[in-house]
Amino acid sequence: MTKNLRVKTSKFIDETYKISFKFNGKTYYGFKGDTLASALLANDIHLVGRSFKYHRPRGIMSAGSEEPNAIVQLHNNSSRTEPNVRATEIEIYEGLEATSQNCWPSVNFDIGGINNFLSPILPAGFYYKTFMWPASFWEKYEYFIRKSAGLGKSPTEADPDVYEHKYIHCDVLIIGAGISGIMAAKTSAKNGFKTLLVDEKHYLGGSTIYQNSDHYKINNQVSSSWLEKEINEIKKIENLEIKTRTSVAAFHGYNFLLARENLTDHLPVDQRNNKTRQRLLKIRAKKVITATGSLERPLIFNNNDRPGILLCSAINKYANLFGVACGEKNILFTNNDTAYETAINLFNKGINVEAIIDNREEIDSKLIKDAEKYNIKIYKGYTVVNTSGYKRINKVSIMQLSKDGQKVVGSKTSIACDCLGISGGWTPAVHLFTQSGGKLKFRDEDQVFIPDIYPSDQISIGSCNGDFTLDEILVDLPKTLKKFLNLKITDYENLEVKSSFNKSKRNIWLLPSDKAIGKTKSFVDYQNDATAKDIKLALREGFRSIEHVKRYTTTGMGTDQGKLGNMHALGIISETSNSKMGELGTTTFRPPYTPLTFGTIVGRNVGEYFDVFRKTPIHDWHVQNKAKFENVGQWKRAWYYPKDNESMHDAVQRESKAARDSAGILDASTLGKIDIQGTDASEFLNRVYTNAWSKLAIGKCRYGLMLNEDGMVYDDGVTTRLDENHYIMTTTTGGAATVLGKLEDYLQTEWPELDVYLTSVTDHYATISVCGPNSKKIVSRVIPDLDLSDENFPHMSFKNTKIDKIKCRVMRISFTGEHSYEINIQANYGKSVWEKCMEAGKEFNITPYGTETMHLLRAEKGFIIVGQDTDATVTPIDLQMDWIVSKKKYDFIGKRSLYRSDTIRDDRKQLVGLLTENPDEVLEEGAQIVADINKSPVEMLGHVTSSYYSPNLNKSIALGVVKGGKKMMGQRLIVPMENKKINVIVADPVFLDKENKRLNA
Amino acid sequence: MFVINCPYCGEREQSEFKAGGEAHIVRPKQPTELSDDQWAEYLFMRKNIKGVQFERWVHTHGCRKWFNMVRDTSNDEIKAVYKMGEKPPTK
Amino acid sequence: MKNKYSFFTLLKNAFSYHENWEKAWKDPEPKKEYEVVIIGGGGHGLATAYYLAKKHNLKNIAVVEKGWIGGGNTGRNTTIIRSNYLWDASAGLYDHALKIWEGLSQELNYNVMFSQRGVMNLAHNLQDVRDLKRRTHANRLNGIDAVYLNTEEVKKFCPIINTSPDIRYPVLGGTLQKRAGTARHDAVAWGYARGADQMGVDIIQNCEVKGIKRNGNEVEGIETTKGFIKTKKIGVVAAGHSSVIANMAGLRLPLESKPLQALVSEPVKPIIDTVVMSNAVHAYVSQSDKGELVIGAGTDDYISYSQKGSHEIVEGTLSAILELYPIFSRMRMLRQWGGIVDICPDASPIISKTTIKGLYFNCGWGTGGFKATPGSGDLFAHTIANDEPHKLNAAFNINRFVSGDLVDEHGAAAVAH
Repeated sequence: MTKNLRVKTSKFIDETYKISFKFNGKTYYGFKGDTLASALLANDIHLVGRSFKYHRPRGIMSAGSEEPNAIVQLHNNSSRTEPNVRATEIEIYEGLEATSQNCWPSVNFDIGGINNFLSPILPAGFYYKTFMWPASFWEKYEYFIRKSAGLGKSPTEADPDVYEHKYIHCDVLIIGAGISGIMAAKTSAKNGFKTLLVDEKHYLGGSTIYQNSDHYKINNQVSSSWLEKEINEIKKIENLEIKTRTSVAAFHGYNFLLARENLTDHLPVDQRNNKTRQRLLKIRAKKVITATGSLERPLIFNNNDRPGILLCSAINKYANLFGVACGEKNILFTNNDTAYETAINLFNKGINVEAIIDNREEIDSKLIKDAEKYNIKIYKGYTVVNTSGYKRINKVSIMQLSKDGQKVVGSKTSIACDCLGISGGWTPAVHLFTQSGGKLKFRDEDQVFIPDIYPSDQISIGSCNGDFTLDEILVDLPKTLKKFLNLKITDYENLEVKSSFNKSKRNIWLLPSDKAIGKTKSFVDYQNDATAKDIKLALREGFRSIEHVKRYTTTGMGTDQGKLGNMHALGIISETSNSKMGELGTTTFRPPYTPLTFGTIVGRNVGEYFDVFRKTPIHDWHVQNKAKFENVGQWKRAWYYPKDNESMHDAVQRESKAARDSAGILDASTLGKIDIQGTDASEFLNRVYTNAWSKLAIGKCRYGLMLNEDGMVYDDGVTTRLDENHYIMTTTTGGAATVLGKLEDYLQTEWPELDVYLTSVTDHYATISVCGPNSKKIVSRVIPDLDLSDENFPHMSFKNTKIDKIKCRVMRISFTGEHSYEINIQANYGKSVWEKCMEAGKEFNITPYGTETMHLLRAEKGFIIVGQDTDATVTPIDLQMDWIVSKKKYDFIGKRSLYRSDTIRDDRKQLVGLLTENPDEVLEEGAQIVADINKSPVEMLGHVTSSYYSPNLNKSIALGVVKGGKKMMGQRLIVPMENKKINVIVADPVFLDKENKRLNA
Repeated sequence: MFVINCPYCGEREQSEFKAGGEAHIVRPKQPTELSDDQWAEYLFMRKNIKGVQFERWVHTHGCRKWFNMVRDTSNDEIKAVYKMGEKPPTK
Repeated sequence: MKNKYSFFTLLKNAFSYHENWEKAWKDPEPKKEYEVVIIGGGGHGLATAYYLAKKHNLKNIAVVEKGWIGGGNTGRNTTIIRSNYLWDASAGLYDHALKIWEGLSQELNYNVMFSQRGVMNLAHNLQDVRDLKRRTHANRLNGIDAVYLNTEEVKKFCPIINTSPDIRYPVLGGTLQKRAGTARHDAVAWGYARGADQMGVDIIQNCEVKGIKRNGNEVEGIETTKGFIKTKKIGVVAAGHSSVIANMAGLRLPLESKPLQALVSEPVKPIIDTVVMSNAVHAYVSQSDKGELVIGAGTDDYISYSQKGSHEIVEGTLSAILELYPIFSRMRMLRQWGGIVDICPDASPIISKTTIKGLYFNCGWGTGGFKATPGSGDLFAHTIANDEPHKLNAAFNINRFVSGDLVDEHGAAAVAH
């Protein structure tokens, strides 16, 4: 029978709203307002998980996002499963199912617990020193290491939830809705600043809101009541947006912050459908006020990790906020006043505190005096030297500290308990500040790092700025806010504050024990099982820098990112190596502050929204006609159009033959189109293409090759002179955007004197290419008014015309070597013109062909495809395209690079045709080409860039680049495949119609 | 994620821009007169400064104008922006 | 070897509570003069020093490091090791390194956890397929184990990849190099440091180089925050900061230093046991021994030494990850960080002499230097010791930017580095 540790009712818990949940298969109850941790504690459950390395039983340590131990798997084996969820953060909901992690077969009996007994041979970094023999065995060792590592289990199904992004631009962002944050928000918003206040919890007010104690008063009211009124007031302010359950994950430069807003994780599972689970807020704030509070430090002593050991502030919160006692026999262990505050609160709730063990000898504060009134036994100048109880603490052993605090003296006393609260003082939560690039300084008096130099328009206020007591916070805050927000007055001038908390603290990073340190286990990083002796071992072995120690011992590398233990690690390093804390520096706090779901980071950019689909105006027709598509950049291009159950090969053979025998039609709308105008347009083209343009007559088209400044082929396409000062340039489909960018770059930065205007018109036109011996007949039916005679409309020329009153441009250009026309018409008429062509071509068996057939047809003619037959190492000379490189032009982009010592070599890889000795054998694109297969190492002369079976030539043809290929015409080379060698003969890359007769056929 | 003050459009998110490397490398007027070494200097060799650097940016998803920026590459602080052809700020 | 590491010594030391382990490396003050000074205490620099001492019999070597050893890109990368490069020169270089990796733990007596779990490169469009096949053929002829896989074989090797034909950029195939894999990055720096230290190399941390002293066209020494150190040979292995050192010597290099980011998820039980890289859908992922998904992102396009990159890159990378692995949507990013990578225009490194006598540079590794660490160190040591390159790094000279004889892995292969 489990106990019920619910004590006095709390107004934060709705006891009329009972919620059932499962933990490790067993059903328990909690109330609305509970976290999984508080509900488990109310059921007297402390043991939640097992640690990473030694599989030691671990319980709940904290009540917030700093929790290292109590992490669980939610909804195991379902699509909504989630590993490593902190029990302290998840609000319970009906149907919640949580299981312990990193244990087998169960958290109560875990085989991995054997590691705890093997721990003497598993010190920090043991794996660097062993598992090296035999050499081939590492992967076998590793298999077992990997199996025992890891915490929870990754989901194995797709995520049913959706996520989204939201941009927020505000004047002032306030992170943290504790008392400082609330006051800052009210001040900012009331003064007209567009203000956003966020807090990771579902309630406002931080720890003050449950600080229901006479020891803290503001203007004579108990601090929590005072704050409650403030909260009620700010809720009414219009230009203040408040977001709870919102955790700031990252604080980047230029006040750019990322926050995760949790929208459904607290709802019963059946209420989550069709709702956004989490929202990533991308916040750009003019000013940022960080009020993230502070984290209580644990104390580092032998066996400080047992279930039942919690931070004092957590015990306090569980009692005050959740109405839950963490134990019936409580002992508190402290080096500061926090434990006394906890003790008094517990007494007020009727929870017994057996003793307080205080490191300090001389202590004197109002809190302590009050605590003494409750007859709590206080051990001054004592420390805990050990604890016992495997799955729950049952005893602490204490001894007196020496004057210098370096060792223990006297005799050992044992006290029975079922819960131990620990408090090592407070650490300002400076994580976000340092993420933003802020520099910290070390304050010796209480051994904390606090913000020093701000890199952007921001401040830190409250305890994250090192102001720990209520009076410190409230006295300074109005001044700070006035200065930061440039105000004359706030609502908080001259507040009367009473705070009994005394700041005195006796900081001992590693508490001494009666045992040699080698025999102790004083955990610094609970999750990763890094102990004080591990840190000392690292230092002994020469790891000096904090980053080294961290990496060697894995301190601070767990899912809690060392929120609790990092300071102690630093402290122990500083003490052991006799260096000053301030000079050691901290490790870098890397984003995110708390782990961030991948889904949230990605938002809606998944599935069909992963990347834009670009579709041509004729796309729907292709779909209706069962085209298979190919991705070319973001475009979907028709690849081939299988008929019935045709294979790709058969379809391409059919399409290719039809195009040459009668007529083919291709959707070429994806080709990039750049409109070029201006009095210097011709000069501009002269400079960007390798060939000359000034003499191109109006109405004529010309093929152009564009190089990079390094002389390598960059893009190609046909450019048409529409008018004296007006050209239309086509680019490759994939290169369109980068070509435009490059042209703009040169135009604006190198040649601003040129009068040239560039406009991308790719999407404005549909481009339909009709080719084949019957193309003229078909086009003449589609555009009856156009004179298609060779005299009036020869190859490489263009006409403005109209189809049904709609203006269009027709170019007589050819990428197939066939007589062909390219109709360019306003995009929204593309599909109807295409259909018109199909209709007109019916009797000629006009055959739509896709990119694959286009590639085949152009290969028959030896036309290159930039990016397929070229990579970034091919010059036009290598392509045997010397004819297109103007010798007369003084300069063009890339010209100079063609004359470097390597680019002028005549044995570079050059484009050639390749014919297989067996005409039926089709080479594999990408296959390498060699001359002598027996040479060792094999010298690769080049590779096959394009390869097809040509139905028009009835043989296999290929293009390739071959070292010195220009001079190898007719020579036999070898294409060595994995299981065979294929003989090939170097040939002219133009396989078909070298005389270009078909162009005018 | 910087905020860049485009000289033509005003402050915009960095994601609207593209960087274009070191500024004020003028393309040689007579490339053919250069030695291979001199051409390589223009083509590839860069100062790659840690500290205050003059560099080119373009407002790709905006006005598509190239402009210059003075930025401290050690902490990404933008000191100034100015239009192409304008003299770089001296201080 | 003193201070030998083995299961036996681990057991022995357990009896003395591990209080008798010696320093893995000492922490000396710099001497007045060294035969060779290596600038940069990352994996490559430490390996260079190690091989200078071991194979070239030099006794008086120092490694000077601005911060702490292994604190730069060595400790910030995603630890992918492979040698399936396209060009002969690259294949030779990276496979030389891979062969050393295969016995490195034993050679250093330090477990660098080289794990040959294979590396897959995915193809998402027809040009990817051509490029990957081209590379596979070249690899095979160069004696590098690489095979081309069709989509089903990709799925079989890594079942969690979404190989549905309905995704935006379906997986059309891929290559697999089985000898490739990952290693423990820190261990590489530490292992080489320990090895070098045992052969008498001085590893001087927190020592920033402030200037390079020249006498005419020869180096004379370096000015550092720990004083002047005289030397006739300086090997610069400063990664992202190479240009900074070059500028001190009055040199310009063909480098740009850009932010490269990476991230890890929270640790989970084994879910992916190979390395998968994709260029078209830009992301790569593996799982560390600890259980974290290790995910690499791309570089930003601007020069920066801030060790921070833009969030956009992280967002884009994870969106690619979810495209290929929708099951990871509920996983959480634990840590994200940036490094500074020095990139050459051809995405290949420089391991070279310079026009200044006694000044050598090993840089330009861009996003893929970790995998080359042992080979890079070995070849750079050879270059420094003999004042001329080894045949395996001859192609990676600085002069290639003048002649045009680049090793363009960038433009020639659909491969993420």
